[in-house]
Amino acid sequence: MKTTNRSFLTALCVSLGLYSVGPALAAGGGDVHLDSANINLRDEGSLQRGAKAFITNCLNCHSAQFMRWGHLTQIGLTEDQIKANLMFNPDAKFSDYMTVSLDTKDAQAWLGKMPPDLTLVARVRGSDWLYTYLRSYYVDPASPSGWNNEVFPNVGMPHVLHDLQGSMTKAVVGEKESHGKKEPVTKLVMERKGSMTTQEYDMYVRDLVNYMTFMGEPARIKRTQIGVVVMLFLALAFFAALVVKREYWKDVK
Amino acid sequence: MSAIVLNEVDPKKRRTLVIGGCALGAVAGATVAVPFVGSMFPSERAKAAGAAVEVPIDKLEPGQLLTVEYRGAPHWVIKRTPEMVAQLAKNDALLADPASAGSKQPASAKNVARSIKPEIFVVKGVCTHLGCSPTYRKEIAPADLGADWPGGFFCPCHQSKFDMAGRVFKGMPAPTNLEITAYRFEGDNTIVIDADAKGA
Amino acid sequence: MSNTIKQPIEPPIAGPAGKLIVWVDQRFPLMSLWNEHLAQYYAPKNFNFWYYFGSLAMLVLVMQIVTGIFLTMNYKPDAKTAFASVEYIMRDVSFGWLIRYMHSTGASMFFLVVYLHMMRGLMYGSYRKPRELLWIFGCMIYLALMAEAFFGYLLPWGQMSYWGAQVIINLFAAVPIIGEDLAIWIRGDFNIGDATLNRFFAFHVIALPLVLLGLVAAHIMALHEVGSNNPDGVEIKKDLDPKTGTPRDGIPFHPYYTVKDIVGVVVFLAIFSAIVFFAPEMGGYFLEKPNFEQADPLQTPAHIAPVWYFTPFYAMLRAVPSFMGSQFWGVAVMGAATLILFVLPWLDRGKVRSIRYRGPLYKRFLASFVVSFLILGYLGVVPTTVWGQIPHTIPVIGGVDTATIVSRILTAVYFAFFLLMPWYTKKDIPNEKPEPTRVTH
Repeated sequence: MKTTNRSFLTALCVSLGLYSVGPALAAGGGDVHLDSANINLRDEGSLQRGAKAFITNCLNCHSAQFMRWGHLTQIGLTEDQIKANLMFNPDAKFSDYMTVSLDTKDAQAWLGKMPPDLTLVARVRGSDWLYTYLRSYYVDPASPSGWNNEVFPNVGMPHVLHDLQGSMTKAVVGEKESHGKKEPVTKLVMERKGSMTTQEYDMYVRDLVNYMTFMGEPARIKRTQIGVVVMLFLALAFFAALVVKREYWKDVK
Repeated sequence: MSAIVLNEVDPKKRRTLVIGGCALGAVAGATVAVPFVGSMFPSERAKAAGAAVEVPIDKLEPGQLLTVEYRGAPHWVIKRTPEMVAQLAKNDALLADPASAGSKQPASAKNVARSIKPEIFVVKGVCTHLGCSPTYRKEIAPADLGADWPGGFFCPCHQSKFDMAGRVFKGMPAPTNLEITAYRFEGDNTIVIDADAKGA
Repeated sequence: MSNTIKQPIEPPIAGPAGKLIVWVDQRFPLMSLWNEHLAQYYAPKNFNFWYYFGSLAMLVLVMQIVTGIFLTMNYKPDAKTAFASVEYIMRDVSFGWLIRYMHSTGASMFFLVVYLHMMRGLMYGSYRKPRELLWIFGCMIYLALMAEAFFGYLLPWGQMSYWGAQVIINLFAAVPIIGEDLAIWIRGDFNIGDATLNRFFAFHVIALPLVLLGLVAAHIMALHEVGSNNPDGVEIKKDLDPKTGTPRDGIPFHPYYTVKDIVGVVVFLAIFSAIVFFAPEMGGYFLEKPNFEQADPLQTPAHIAPVWYFTPFYAMLRAVPSFMGSQFWGVAVMGAATLILFVLPWLDRGKVRSIRYRGPLYKRFLASFVVSFLILGYLGVVPTTVWGQIPHTIPVIGGVDTATIVSRILTAVYFAFFLLMPWYTKKDIPNEKPEPTRVTH
């Protein structure tokens, strides 16, 4: 019986352990190494720089249609600052959503399809994915846009930030054995420098991803703050409930 | 022998524990109710949509009424003629609250004309009785309103009468004068209706 | 007769509150309900960990109803605005994010609690005579809950909502002859659209909650008629105290189990809150990542799977190859997997109820059943290619993916637990340990 128990417990643990990798496999990810975005949602300076980067670079083609300009007050900006520094369209109202003036038909004609809305992209893809993706563009003459991406192969969008990052190419730096076959090992190398150093560009993208993560779930900071209080209260409640239970269960023989 | 043996019971201790436990539960219940009740107040979007409204008044003709929607309610901007303004001081005998002592208006509009500038009248067009919107009846002494009608507003729901400054007549269902939402002038040609304005 | 009034009871507490209770009791069976279901409902004194999940299921039901009501105040069941209204709740409604996360977490926790509650029934034989109807009401609650969850999952109108519903509704299209028309009738359109969303909303917020509440009432009434089982599987009503006429191993539910269940409730709420406040997506199990993208009828996500609580059955569905040009067999297997629960009380021929006194065969079958259910659940989440392909030298029909073959074996194990039960429980009788006459621990 002991061995039956042990093998059952082992099987139980193995089957439960499987669940720790399920969604990652389901998402089809896991084959590309992602760098940690290492973002900090409490860093308002970073969020504000990220908001500026997002509005300057992304909001021309991509909408953030579930986000209102007014929501930006949650990252420490005042209404006047938002109006003066971030709202470039003079007709836009503070209570408006961050939509894009690009028309769907025009977008289909010029870009092939309407660029996706980005409000929730950080929740769909994850912060690390975005951070790695925006730093993994390389020149690919075979692609219609002239650009390709290590994380998102055959991506439709060209490298919008190449003035800042510079342009990289994919170079073969060696060979490795895989299933008995030799495969080239490639690496992205800087071909033409941009206006930023690598560290500066990484910081720029980190701020941008920080902002996009905030945008995906503006309530997140509040959520964890309230959560700590709730957990502390429940710890207290647990002891109170336990004391009452023990008092009554003294009667049970 | 039964499973319950009540020979070690300290009723006082038990009572204290139960009251303490219930108190903790009540605190938790009340705290949980806060977000749920709170979620029924106007949302951030509703608040943003209820932000100040700018009304250009340069094209307003004398005697003309312009209806503006502010926080879902009609607000009227009227350019009163000099005759209308002059009539206001003569209405006191008809009115329930001529000095607007018991009515709602910002301090800047607590005067006979109930306005910042006598000729420009801004008022929330909602009857203080049960919330209907009165009709604008600027003509003097029409057949249906009687010979002493000095021009003003008439509520179709329960026949409340108000003069050209939104002051209610005596003996009407409406208890107070029409409410005036805080507003301010930005230059001579623009009014900003903003209930949350500081000092209003 | 119509003017007579019941004799007043002794006030249970002093003061005006006691008088009010007497007044009400003369007009409404207040004290008899209280006594029948709480203060004089005798429950076995040896309930263990597994006995928390009944009251926890009630708690989650109440939470789902309350959070659901508040979500309905801002949600819009309209294909054009549904997704945006959920984001509106998340961003603009005061504490809307909390209410929404409580509801989404509650859905998963409901299933977790119900699965553990059912596991308890299997372990301690709580479905056996005279509790067959109690068990059947429970199975009906489980089915209604699955329907409720399925309808609710469409409402956020994300990619997983849409394509999950697409796949499940198309299962009905596999029904012979009427299938195609049946699927169109369910959708109310030729594809999932506004009409589908609207009717799913109606089912989710009113029809199934009513059914669930009725079934829960029936479940509790049946329970209090026959009394609770316990980890020893001993019938406490057989052993009454001659002085009081109450079971010697029974204790009044109130106050003893109310104070005990409150401890369980607090622990549960701590786990629940940890998820709501610190991991509401629960790694993609409770809120699936593709569901943060608005439904797009023109583009299926790279991989779709139902939410975790459906995946064991989904894995069975995928494991069955189409046969004679029809995929109905997979649907039939999936349906049978849930319906077979209903006949469980009549499959078990053992003499004892509880796993404590069962023979080794039953324990082995139950253990295999649990493990297969869990692994099937995992395989339903991931693509069938997850474990690669089997070597070409092994001949099999309909599919070469290892995971598919494993799913088939596990499906067989799942059904074997039920179908072989009359045989192995009978064969086990000589190896069963004697059931005690009184409860032990």
